[in-house]
Amino acid sequence: MDIIVCVKQVPDPETPPASFRIDPGTNKVIPAQGIAPVISTFDELAVEAALRIKDKHGGKVTAMTLGPESARDVLKHAMAMGADEGIHLLDAAFGDGDGWATAYALAQAIKKVGRYDLVLCGRQAADWDAGQVGLGIAEFLNLPSVTPIKKVEVSDGKLGVERLVADGFEVLEVSPPALLTVSNELGEPRYPTLRGIMMAARKQVTTWNAQDIGVEASQVGARGARTKLLRLFIPIRESKCEIVEGEDVVDAATKLALRLRESKII
Amino acid sequence: MTEYRGVLICSEALQGSLAAISWELLGIGRKLANDLGEELYAFLPGRGVQPLAQELVAGGADKVFVADDPRIEYYQTDSYTALMDGLCRQLSPQIVLMGQTSLGRDLAPRLAFRQGTGVAMDCVELSIDLQDRSLLQTRPVYGGNALAVLKTETKPQVATIRPKSMTEAQRDTSRRGEVISIPVNVPPGGVNFVKKVTEEVEGVKLEDAEIISSSPGGGAWGGTRPVCDSGWLPAQLQIGLTGKMVSPNLYLVVAASGSSQHMAGCSGARNIVAINKDPEANVFKYARFGVVADYRQLLPPLTEKCKELLSG
Repeated sequence: MDIIVCVKQVPDPETPPASFRIDPGTNKVIPAQGIAPVISTFDELAVEAALRIKDKHGGKVTAMTLGPESARDVLKHAMAMGADEGIHLLDAAFGDGDGWATAYALAQAIKKVGRYDLVLCGRQAADWDAGQVGLGIAEFLNLPSVTPIKKVEVSDGKLGVERLVADGFEVLEVSPPALLTVSNELGEPRYPTLRGIMMAARKQVTTWNAQDIGVEASQVGARGARTKLLRLFIPIRESKCEIVEGEDVVDAATKLALRLRESKII
Repeated sequence: MTEYRGVLICSEALQGSLAAISWELLGIGRKLANDLGEELYAFLPGRGVQPLAQELVAGGADKVFVADDPRIEYYQTDSYTALMDGLCRQLSPQIVLMGQTSLGRDLAPRLAFRQGTGVAMDCVELSIDLQDRSLLQTRPVYGGNALAVLKTETKPQVATIRPKSMTEAQRDTSRRGEVISIPVNVPPGGVNFVKKVTEEVEGVKLEDAEIISSSPGGGAWGGTRPVCDSGWLPAQLQIGLTGKMVSPNLYLVVAASGSSQHMAGCSGARNIVAINKDPEANVFKYARFGVVADYRQLLPPLTEKCKELLSG
């Protein structure tokens, strides 16, 4: 089974809120000093899901990303985990796109790859949390899609999929080629092994620009975007927390209980 | 050129009633329609949902489009997208709203892209820009660290709303509206439904609970993603951006740091009480009351004192 996994580089979501800054002039996040960007959490799980299928059934896993030069690192990370190839969509024209523009470019690149049975994405990126690019790719490529999933298994050429819903999960059978988005309920992603890291370092990453995937600059990035960002800001959260103190822990507990009762919270 | 008018919401039913999100969609949908001076349309899909159409009218819908068919009892991407797409082509609404639920998360992007337009997910505020009558969409990004204000420049403008973020519509049975049945065609798709496995945890549902604790005790309890991922708690009890959205009267956050991802799940809580050893923990920024202490030492006397106060 040949699988394409879409991965995104994001600012480390574990960045302490105190280090989170926005440049109001450009409506962009100022990278926190000394904190390297990472592969988006759910995308790393999508790589894991692809590798679990490959471990059992063989086939090729291709990681694909759209982003600046630095985004090559997330391809290398996926390759160190075990992905066979990496494709980097790199062109200034791809910059500042919305879900539409990004999904369009990725879909065109997937078309260019041509041969695939499954496209996997994370359920949402850890920066914008929108969760629309995966579904957009499916719509552009006219693929059946299931989102978000916690399990995928291959048998008799079909995909057995478990889709998360509020009160449990649905069991679905999907005919490839299809697109699935992966959630954290899948389980832990594997760590890259030393051997994997060395292999990935030696492998070349394929780089495609807008022309390579046959798109006009006006269809992608900021110019292709349907939804425009008017303003990005950090909401002012005035701490109104009343810290309850006591002579010891028991006293603090008693005072807290009394304050909760006085405030009619309990 | 098509003239786009009105607001269309996609309502959801749950066990024979309108789901809470439907009342929230009616609330914001009616408000936006009033601001535009246009109509509010509601779509009602499912099995045996016909009797709920009048509820949507009572909640403010001018026209309700019902797709009542056993084949669409459960949400399914292909059939629901086809139905909503057909309705959008028929009505040409300016705005389409859904809940950020397992339905809306999947349907909203798929529908928007089929309509050739953009979508804003998980909005916490929606308003009309009076200058050009278009929809302004505010949504949390970067795990809740920032807010983004967006405008979709193509029509319809599609958005999902975060549960518990909008005021529910008031039920008024004197309201009048039109109920229209629409035919259901289930297109052949690549996804076959096999079965549904319900994993609801015993006791009070998190979404309905008045008191929630992130530590076992009385009432409902839930936890952060790391706690659920490590298997200490079942996935259904995860509170946060990708888990449950809760709005209890009291949320007792025990020993959790207060990551933006987790706090996004309880932004509807009326009172947050934080217990943490670290006085710098982010959770105190969200809390009304806080105690800097080791929860293992604090919880037993706290439980005792609360019991004493409640019995007295």
